[in-house]
Amino acid sequence: MNWLLPEYTADALPQEAAQIERLRRAVLDLFRVHGYELVMPPMLEYLDSLLTGSGADLKLRTFKLVDQLSGRTLGVRADITPQVARIDAHLLNRQGVTRLCYCDSVLHTLPASQAASREPIQLGAELYGYVGVEADLEAIRLMAAALAAAGTPASRIDLGHVGVFRALAKAAGLDAESEAVVLQLLQAKDVPSLRERCAGLAEPYRTALVRLPELYGDAAILQIAARDLPALPEITVALETLRQLQLAMPELPLSFDLADLRGYHYHNGVVFAAYYPGFPCAIALGGRYDGAGKAFGRDRPATGFSMDLREVARLAASDRPLGAILAPHAAGNTGLAKLVATLRQQGEVVVEMLPGETRSEGPQCDRQLSECNGQWIIQAITGIDQKNG
Amino acid sequence: MNGITIALSKGRIFEETLPLLAAAGIEPLENPETSRKLIIATNRADVRVVIVRATDAPTYVQYGAADIGVVGKDVLLEHGGDGLYQPLDLKIAKCRMMVAVPVGFDYENAVRQGARLKIATKYINIAREHFAAKGVHVDLIKLYGSMELAPLAGLADAIVDLVSTGSTLKANNLVAVEHIVDISSRLIVNQAALKLKRETLVPILDAIARVVEA
Repeated sequence: MNWLLPEYTADALPQEAAQIERLRRAVLDLFRVHGYELVMPPMLEYLDSLLTGSGADLKLRTFKLVDQLSGRTLGVRADITPQVARIDAHLLNRQGVTRLCYCDSVLHTLPASQAASREPIQLGAELYGYVGVEADLEAIRLMAAALAAAGTPASRIDLGHVGVFRALAKAAGLDAESEAVVLQLLQAKDVPSLRERCAGLAEPYRTALVRLPELYGDAAILQIAARDLPALPEITVALETLRQLQLAMPELPLSFDLADLRGYHYHNGVVFAAYYPGFPCAIALGGRYDGAGKAFGRDRPATGFSMDLREVARLAASDRPLGAILAPHAAGNTGLAKLVATLRQQGEVVVEMLPGETRSEGPQCDRQLSECNGQWIIQAITGIDQKNG
Repeated sequence: MNGITIALSKGRIFEETLPLLAAAGIEPLENPETSRKLIIATNRADVRVVIVRATDAPTYVQYGAADIGVVGKDVLLEHGGDGLYQPLDLKIAKCRMMVAVPVGFDYENAVRQGARLKIATKYINIAREHFAAKGVHVDLIKLYGSMELAPLAGLADAIVDLVSTGSTLKANNLVAVEHIVDISSRLIVNQAALKLKRETLVPILDAIARVVEA
């Protein structure tokens, strides 16, 4: 019998699990005090509602099975965001602003990269019902705060706006197929191929599309973009929105990239990504996706972000846990039992040994309870006895 | 790692990249042809070069083990380019990806009749996409070298391979019948590295771009 797990799946052993749980609590607490309500959508849904409004990419990444009860195809969620959009649009039915958050496993048929798990823990927050830039601001700030609370503060938060390319594609008259190709080239910043592909387009859109991949960097590029790009109303609005965000968040390490079009078919406004040193892609991603709830009955403005808690936990410095206290078996000793209960109430980890047990192989114990002149006292454990404990 | 790591493969790419790096003020301190070291220091303390196999360069850059790299468009197309920026055509190591058949093989007709073709190639993805776009059914046979032998030995009807002068085809009585794509080397950049190390990377990219586009 071979006990290997399927590829790209892993157990979280005690140390890693403790770290994940610690960060999960820290971030969910942060969301809670910001007024974000926790929801827990189901692992399974009918495939058509799960994939509403999403791209072909998500379809391919979703595990499917047949429901024995209804005969319909079920999907195991590969992304929680559409589920939360469904909850906002269809179940809560609130008129004003709704703030929701979540933290659950998702499954991917294919790992996002050769280094990724097929079972990420998606942790995120979504804000529905507000169309103004203040909602984007709140989402970006909350993402930055969440990463900081997790111990992986973003060293760069990159902002983009899909409206810029959308306007250029429309003005240049790109058909759906060309738009898809140009989109791919823009995302790869493949300027040579872009130049070739756009050769037949009308000016000034040809020059603008070829220029787009180079429009990244600090806030100065917003002025350069305003100067170099055609003054289409959508572009002016997009650049103005980005400028407002930049002015409102001088405390955050912001940068800009007008060719960051990840999730183009899903997003429709400001998009943002956080980067952390030593991690080869974005550590948290978010953006505006107004109208995602339309298929569920209500067209609502929406923005939000999410991250893979497993990756964040791996990158965050692990908090060296306070050592546990080793206690002898109480065996009817009420004084000892009371003391143990009190210590546990204070948040101490107390490992009560079973008869015959002499050391803890689980939590590392650096102190022990011992009896001294009829009094139970806490003593530091020294020596080699506990070195593997 | 706060500095910049550059992934290069030995041989033609390394030789032809040297003048481009020099323009950015970067000079490797050793020659990989004579040194057996895989990590080579440069005149700049914050820049190092790692020597990788040509096909591995995109993988190193994708996972951030290197920040930038130089790789043939052929390798890049085969890899898929996920997670990579490819902002510059370095216009070095130029050649063409072609379909070639034995002299006398009626390729036009074989394709038109919708017959299944047996194609031997190192470039499975490029070949699959090319024939799919033409609507031709093919059986792909993955080989690692000496592609020209496959049709001669009866292993395949045609090959998809890089052609630079065409002399190997000629020597083996093959002829190129279809041009798939022009190949040259590309500069590739890890996406997160361009965000996180923009201040160091952009001047290097700009210096190289100036030489290439001159």
